Amino acid sequence: MKALSSLTGSAAVLDRPDVDTDQIIPKQFLKRIERSGYGQFLFFDWMKDPAFELHRYPGASILLAGRNFGCGSSREHAAWALEDHGFRVVIAPSFGDIFRTNALKTGLAPIVLPAEALARVRAAVEARNELTVDLQHLSIRHPDGLQLAFEFDAYAQETLVHGLDDVSRTLLRDGVIAAYEAGHEPRFDARALPA
Amino acid sequence: MTGTTLFRKVWDAHVVEAPEGAPALLYVDLHLVHEVTSPQAFEALRSAGRRVRRPDLTLATMDHNVPTLDGPVTDPLARAQLEALRANCDAFGVPLLATGSGREGIVHVIGPELGVTQPGMTIVCGDSHTSTHGAFGALAFGIGTSEVEHVLATQTLQQALPRTMEVAFGGELPLGLSAKDLVLAAIGQLGVAGGQGHVLEYTGAAIEALTMEGRMTVCNMSIEAGARAGMIAPDEVTFDYLEGRPGAPSGLAWEQALDRWRGLRTDDGAHYDSVTTVELSRLKPQITWGTNPGMVAPVDGVVPDPADFGDADEREAVERALRYMDLTPGTPLVDVRIDKVFIGSCTNARIEDLRTAAAVVAGRRVAEGVRAIVVPGSAQVKGQAEAEGLDEIFRKAGFEWRRAGCSMCLGMNPDVLAAGERCASTSNRNFEGRQGAGGRTHLVSPAMAAAAAVSGHFTDVRELM
Repeated sequence: MKALSSLTGSAAVLDRPDVDTDQIIPKQFLKRIERSGYGQFLFFDWMKDPAFELHRYPGASILLAGRNFGCGSSREHAAWALEDHGFRVVIAPSFGDIFRTNALKTGLAPIVLPAEALARVRAAVEARNELTVDLQHLSIRHPDGLQLAFEFDAYAQETLVHGLDDVSRTLLRDGVIAAYEAGHEPRFDARALPA
Repeated sequence: MTGTTLFRKVWDAHVVEAPEGAPALLYVDLHLVHEVTSPQAFEALRSAGRRVRRPDLTLATMDHNVPTLDGPVTDPLARAQLEALRANCDAFGVPLLATGSGREGIVHVIGPELGVTQPGMTIVCGDSHTSTHGAFGALAFGIGTSEVEHVLATQTLQQALPRTMEVAFGGELPLGLSAKDLVLAAIGQLGVAGGQGHVLEYTGAAIEALTMEGRMTVCNMSIEAGARAGMIAPDEVTFDYLEGRPGAPSGLAWEQALDRWRGLRTDDGAHYDSVTTVELSRLKPQITWGTNPGMVAPVDGVVPDPADFGDADEREAVERALRYMDLTPGTPLVDVRIDKVFIGSCTNARIEDLRTAAAVVAGRRVAEGVRAIVVPGSAQVKGQAEAEGLDEIFRKAGFEWRRAGCSMCLGMNPDVLAAGERCASTSNRNFEGRQGAGGRTHLVSPAMAAAAAVSGHFTDVRELM
């Protein structure tokens, strides 16, 4: 996973509630077996509309979204598409739970900011589109002076800032897992089911 | 505080370790795998030279993009993805219930059907509707592909402790209504983010009165309220359903399992982080009118007016939804005409769902201009329905009778809505374009879908009973 400690870039505003992962990446693109190349399909149906908000922010790396962003399907392709399109940070009042986890695993920082604070960030970037998101110090800064702190799970912060691999970390716990398994009988053997 | 919740009992029994300042490491008892969210996970194992830790606790099937008409897979991308699953299962020793095996089907239909979904287990799958398995008192939730890789490699997941919410149903479900109406009403009340960060436990006499099929419908849609998972305490209904299934314990092991499972209920006095009550005694059949499952109204209701919504965000969302759905405020829902009917999905494609729909359809005809399909949830459900003659009832009425799969619930296979088409669907999501770009989805129960099919528009199915 790509590390992310601090980022300065421009922001895109998508101020709609409940944007689901079916919109972020429609199902026809989930047939691919690759992990990359999803950026071109981001918001595929909405992008067809010339009035779609995202057209106004080419090159943005920070997405300012609405509440419950990424609700719905577990498709990690949604996080992959955002990241591949160039986003490294999504700031929203709340996220769908599975999307939030998927984003973290993709190196896309899901930052929760209360609606009022987010409105101030939106106003600031509408006036001058530049923003710094600092994962080390958990702060959002705008060149005109706006500065906001945000909360972020300390373990997720460490993972993101150093670009750590969760699977490798857990594999180091192999002994603990084996000890657990020794006292935890399996309930069935999937290989013994009638075909 | 005294007593422990059902959720906490299952959670505690699966914590491998809970280090300070890090998420808990949670053991996974059953990992279900399908073709769409697994190829990148297997590829990552391959490139890192890793193995699948517990193939005996892993079960794969083909469901999301399989065609439901006879014949080969003609879509080259879908074919490549299905072939990748087969190759990955071969290479890593993962058992696969492939198309044509007679045991294939929607991943959330076959787990319970095979008896590998059991009370007290932790179950994950790269699919958000994994919450379905909570109907058995299991802790079951959807995960992304990176987490699929993590489970394949370690049989564990890093998880932060979720909050708990009791969703307590009051009163009895009125005659002619089903689990789908009950859960749609609950989502309408909670909202699509109301369950965020929570594991829901559904309680009340109305839940206890449901069959396992009904309980699965309820838990299936937990994710549509934004919840991590939904659970129902196991009871005799659960045990009767499981006894004798291929993956279920037998003999002495069955008796021992029953002893364990009987303790899987929330103790008196246990504390939930929040409690919501949903009153059922005056509930009417439910129909969604918008573009998320929380946008729902009773069958005798009308399309709402955005002006009636106080919150500006919500008002805008309703305006957008009505534009997309091409609906005018004030229109009675029974006046809304439909083009297609889909009876299927992990929400409503089990034998009981098909029986209920067939009972409405029997002796009637699909309305002029309506195309209606039935897609059984699994090969086993299909076989059972055919043994009961349900396929004949559907065919005689003008329905198409298909092979098992996810089908038009998400339209990854050829079963899709055309732009502008309106569908009465027993599935779980009415998101924009979910069933096909520009398609308009109304979520209903199997009985209500059957009633819409024979009427050409929404109608209160109780008038046809």
